[in-house]
Amino acid sequence: MSVSAKDINEQTPWQLLTPGGEIYEGGTARLTLTGQWRSDRPVWDPAACKQCLLCVPFCPDSSIPVTDKRRADFDYDHCKGCGICWKVCPFQAIRMEKEGRP
Amino acid sequence: MSIRERLSGNEAVATAMRQIDPDVFAAFPITPSTEIPQYFAQYVADGRVGTEYVTVESEHSSMSTCVGAAAAGARAVTATSSCGLALMYEMLYVAASARLPITLACVNRTLTGPININNDHSDSMGARDAGWIQLYAENNQEAYDNFLQAMRIAETPDVRLPIMICQDGFITSHAVENILLESDEDVKRFVGEYRPEHALIGRDTPLAVGPYDTCPFCMEHKVMLAEAMKNAKRAVLDVAADFERSFGRKYGFFEEYRLSDAEVALVLIGSTAGTAKACVDALRAQGVRAGLLKLRVFRPFPAEELAAALSGVKAVAVMDKSEGNSACGGPLFAEVSAACYELERRPKLIDVVYGLAGRDCTTADIERVFRRLLRIAETGETGARYVHMGQRSNREEAL
Ligand code: SF4
Ligand code: SF4
Repeated sequence: MSVSAKDINEQTPWQLLTPGGEIYEGGTARLTLTGQWRSDRPVWDPAACKQCLLCVPFCPDSSIPVTDKRRADFDYDHCKGCGICWKVCPFQAIRMEKEGRP
Repeated sequence: MSIRERLSGNEAVATAMRQIDPDVFAAFPITPSTEIPQYFAQYVADGRVGTEYVTVESEHSSMSTCVGAAAAGARAVTATSSCGLALMYEMLYVAASARLPITLACVNRTLTGPININNDHSDSMGARDAGWIQLYAENNQEAYDNFLQAMRIAETPDVRLPIMICQDGFITSHAVENILLESDEDVKRFVGEYRPEHALIGRDTPLAVGPYDTCPFCMEHKVMLAEAMKNAKRAVLDVAADFERSFGRKYGFFEEYRLSDAEVALVLIGSTAGTAKACVDALRAQGVRAGLLKLRVFRPFPAEELAAALSGVKAVAVMDKSEGNSACGGPLFAEVSAACYELERRPKLIDVVYGLAGRDCTTADIERVFRRLLRIAETGETGARYVHMGQRSNREEAL
């Protein structure tokens, strides 16, 4: 039996899940939005940012997307608000704020 | 053609392992299972197997090694006893929940403490709810035969569960007895190759094993495991049927010994069956309708089949070779009582906890149990339902 992670959700009956919760493809963490766990939120200041990209490899959750050697705004669907990027940024281009609750 | 040999239970299991030639053996010694990795190390040194022999620093690591190897798509085996099994506890559940068909040779020894090296079933009984299939042997032949059947049961696609092949420490593991072995070729043909549908290595498709299971999915996965254990009942019988066709020796969930017309009977596990059979024969010679049910498969528990087999018996003693510390009986008694509950005509049931930490059990002891059952059958009075046998006491004990 092979089931794609995208075909499984919280309505899927047990008979259609994979044994032991095995996952048969890569990159499926993207499908699971874990950003709600965050209590603090990093805020990026593009004007102060020098695009040195030091924050990128430090992020434990790959939540700083990079295209063409330039970082973009945070991936808040997966950022946990740990503040490591804020700590390592040499140019104070990241500040931490309390996560607002809608 | 079977080959006549004489081997200890440990050497019989090591021989089965050599013939199967598994991909990975995770080895850590503990009495009385130590000889199994010891024999196997010799096979590795002599180039008789192609197995990756991994010496680890603890049983937690040996089971972890098996988990990793099985997830990679390998046939993984290990052997242990007593506290070794207890140290694996965390990983036993990981192996079962990840649905990895690992084979463990469990040489039953009492679980510390107090520390003691002799036989009872407290080690594997402690792991009875871990999601492992458990097969028990009366003697070296059954330990060998069960090991040959283990992987095919465990690897059955709708089962995919780890399996424990248990034998009694010292009594079976160290006693040398006659045995019929099968040829290496026949064993390899019977056991076959392991080709899991998914594996971490050797495949073009990716796989993640044992991910964090969030609340909306975790219960569903536990239900799947419970269903797999039900499926294991069919797999046990299918493999036993093919084993009988291949090698002529018959196995099922349990052995019924002179049980069909029995008025009084024992239910027990393991090597004590030999002693009990001798006693049954002696009593039968005196005209007593005594019988025995020797349980081979404890997980999955063959509740309906066992209840049916006991339905005509008037009084049954369940012989528990481990304490439940439940104040109302051992684990085998709990299962047998529950199984018999649905019967229209239930036998009277008592629990006899015996043989703890290697305490001897002789034919005279077994006869005392039968005499007690005969009194129960005669009077209809069950009396004390949960008793111990074999301990010194300054008062008169029930047995
Ligand atoms: S570390 Fe700071 S300056 Fe460098 S890329 Fe990240 S936000 Fe921009
Ligand atoms: S706060 Fe932590 S998780 Fe979020 S982007 Fe920064 S380093 Fe990554």
